[in-house]
Amino acid sequence: MDNGSASPVTRLLAEALTGRASRREVLKRASALGLSAPLVGIMLSAQAHVAGAQDAEPGSLIEAPEGLPDLSGAKINVILGQDGPVVPWEEAACKKFSDATGCQVTRTSGPESATERLAQYQQLLAAQASDVDAMTIDVIWPGILAPHAVDLSEAITWQGAEYFDRIVNNNTVNGKLVGIPWYTDAGILYYRTDLLQKHGFEAPPQTWTELEEMASAIQDAERADNPDFYGFVWQGAAYEGLTCDALEWQVSNGGGVIIEEDLTVSVNNPQAIASFERARGWVGTISPEGVTTYKEEDARGVWQAGNAAFMRNWPYAYSLGQASDSVIRDKFDVTLVPKGDGENAVHADTLGGWQMMVSAYSKNTDAAVAFAQYMTSREVQKSFAIEESRLPTIVALYDDADVLEANPFFGSLKDVFLGGAVARPSTVTSDLYNEVSTAYFTAVNEILTGQASDAAARVAQLADQLQGIVSEL
Amino acid sequence: MSASADVAPLPEVSTATQRRERPAGTLGRRRERLAWLLVLPSLLVVLLVALYPLIQTFRLSFTNTRLASARTPRVVGFDNYVDLLREDAFRSTLWHTVVFTVSSVFFETILGLAIALVIHSNFRGRGGVRTAMLVPWAIPTVVSASMWQWMYHDVFGVVNDILVNRLHILDQKVAWLANPATALPAIIAVDVWKTTPFMALLLLAGLQLISTDIYEASLVDGANRVQQFFQITLPLLRPALLVALIFRTLDAFRVFDVIYVMKQFAPETMTVAVYARQQLIDLAKLGRGSAAAVIIFLCIFVFVVLYTRLIKVEEM
Repeated sequence: MDNGSASPVTRLLAEALTGRASRREVLKRASALGLSAPLVGIMLSAQAHVAGAQDAEPGSLIEAPEGLPDLSGAKINVILGQDGPVVPWEEAACKKFSDATGCQVTRTSGPESATERLAQYQQLLAAQASDVDAMTIDVIWPGILAPHAVDLSEAITWQGAEYFDRIVNNNTVNGKLVGIPWYTDAGILYYRTDLLQKHGFEAPPQTWTELEEMASAIQDAERADNPDFYGFVWQGAAYEGLTCDALEWQVSNGGGVIIEEDLTVSVNNPQAIASFERARGWVGTISPEGVTTYKEEDARGVWQAGNAAFMRNWPYAYSLGQASDSVIRDKFDVTLVPKGDGENAVHADTLGGWQMMVSAYSKNTDAAVAFAQYMTSREVQKSFAIEESRLPTIVALYDDADVLEANPFFGSLKDVFLGGAVARPSTVTSDLYNEVSTAYFTAVNEILTGQASDAAARVAQLADQLQGIVSEL
Repeated sequence: MSASADVAPLPEVSTATQRRERPAGTLGRRRERLAWLLVLPSLLVVLLVALYPLIQTFRLSFTNTRLASARTPRVVGFDNYVDLLREDAFRSTLWHTVVFTVSSVFFETILGLAIALVIHSNFRGRGGVRTAMLVPWAIPTVVSASMWQWMYHDVFGVVNDILVNRLHILDQKVAWLANPATALPAIIAVDVWKTTPFMALLLLAGLQLISTDIYEASLVDGANRVQQFFQITLPLLRPALLVALIFRTLDAFRVFDVIYVMKQFAPETMTVAVYARQQLIDLAKLGRGSAAAVIIFLCIFVFVVLYTRLIKVEEM
């Protein structure tokens, strides 16, 4: 823009907006120009906003941890997150690592779709390519990728930090730690605090029965004004997300984890079947009929438009719901996913998240391991939590005042990871996990949509299928 | 290929004596050799990009190979095929594919023919209508499928809004894509919406080839519009119609994108191509996925043979 020809007011406004003029300068020049108070106010807030944004340059909070080795001259290639808002932070993190160790890091984004990413990794690793030294892997892949990974069970202890046991166990295949937990995810229940209060409920539901009662009461009342209002939204499409949701239903009802640690196929049991039948009862009553095609973003679409009382989703929906343009901002909170009523009922939350893995075909194993240690270190995870709302995998960070100030709901999630977060049976079924999951979500989806009218028979058939898959292991 | 190209290098053989001593055979052989030489590059390309993958797919379909797996692949004979044909899930994908193909091609042909007849006639703004008609076909399938997915949405979709809130045809909103009974018909409707223009375009080309003299002559003979359509238009349109049918049937039988975008791996709408993708990519089962792909290939092969027979009969 050509500021020379602009009026002094426009010029000042432009400089305030781009942060070139300081607060003091804006005030001085504005009073000299005799501007009205509201206009000066707008300029000042614009200036403050820009200055604030500049303060929060991505990765500025990262402190390089002590004890990193000197890796001068080394070069590594790493595959991190997908293209999107997280890239600047990751690039800053890589640069800090380079500055601290002298090792040159080339960062590449992985594909957005997890399936495509896994296929890409499988092709790279099957060719024993040394092009990639370290990469992030999904929590369900350690079993699939174990043959191609460097054992990190010693590397993880370098800071003496305590990582969540469940995740470390999940990532350990035959004694080999395939990846160091980087950040995590867990299924959580979102609820509308304002609507619960309005309709006389004091606390969020503890059991599925309570959730059904509250959801249908709130739905009935809210429908008077809003015919599109639903009690409860979740992920029911035939995809990996349904495996996560359905696993929570059956575990919370004391129904086991589909395939147990010792490879027993346990899914065909009355509690599991009852939990699927319960969920079928939600479709078209407290949940939209279309919920059997919903993924995370479909559920969030209904929820964030203010059209649902409850939602099961991952933590990412929290910061989006609190965005300044969100109609439910400050009107919701999160809690544990409800449990069943039976004897073995527990709160269960499916474990998600990403790990740092080092390729067995790397020619720079030392540098790659140091990078994995650095990315998962206390310092880097803290910055990731504060700046990008990623859930840390180190227990102590959930008590960190700075982390909690940025993400108040993290405190309540500590118990989730210490207690109930349930891993999908991916580690025991190793490279056949996708087959297990596909058979499972297909069966559950058929029960939900009513294509399989007899849930017990369909689950028995599923158990046969799973038995066939397990026998190939 | 142009005829002049293979004539050019031949002058040295064309002396009268040679031609008399050696019968046409030599010339024929030379010409044939040259023809082969000229065809060779394209033949190699076809072999490389079409035949090699095809043979590889056939070969893989008789093994239990997995992608990036530590398991050593084994030759399993026809096991993959036997398993597939025994599996209810796969048989239902075949059924969905047939239902999709037959109904989408049927409606596309009827509607396409109607549209072609309309825009073939003379009226003001015909150019504009022809262009407008092509819009659905011009939108990439992934985009139009996502668009329709939102339009079919049970809570805030425009289809429900029109049918329930405005026209009051239905009393309550329908989850078009979630309800197993309406999901496949809803997707077929999208395909019909999208591909009818293509059908109309092919048929329009056929209509434009029919000489107007014939219509004038039939008018003189006193034929009415209906007679004209069934006695003149339809028989003369047959070749174009057959070509259009072949195109569409082959395309519809391999349908992947519209179903994958709208329903992914949902069992009630899965077609053979979607099933093959699930086996090949998501489950890394190259053997079984290849077997499914070969089955699609064989089905299409049968279609092509039948159709080409039909065309030959026509030509006779």
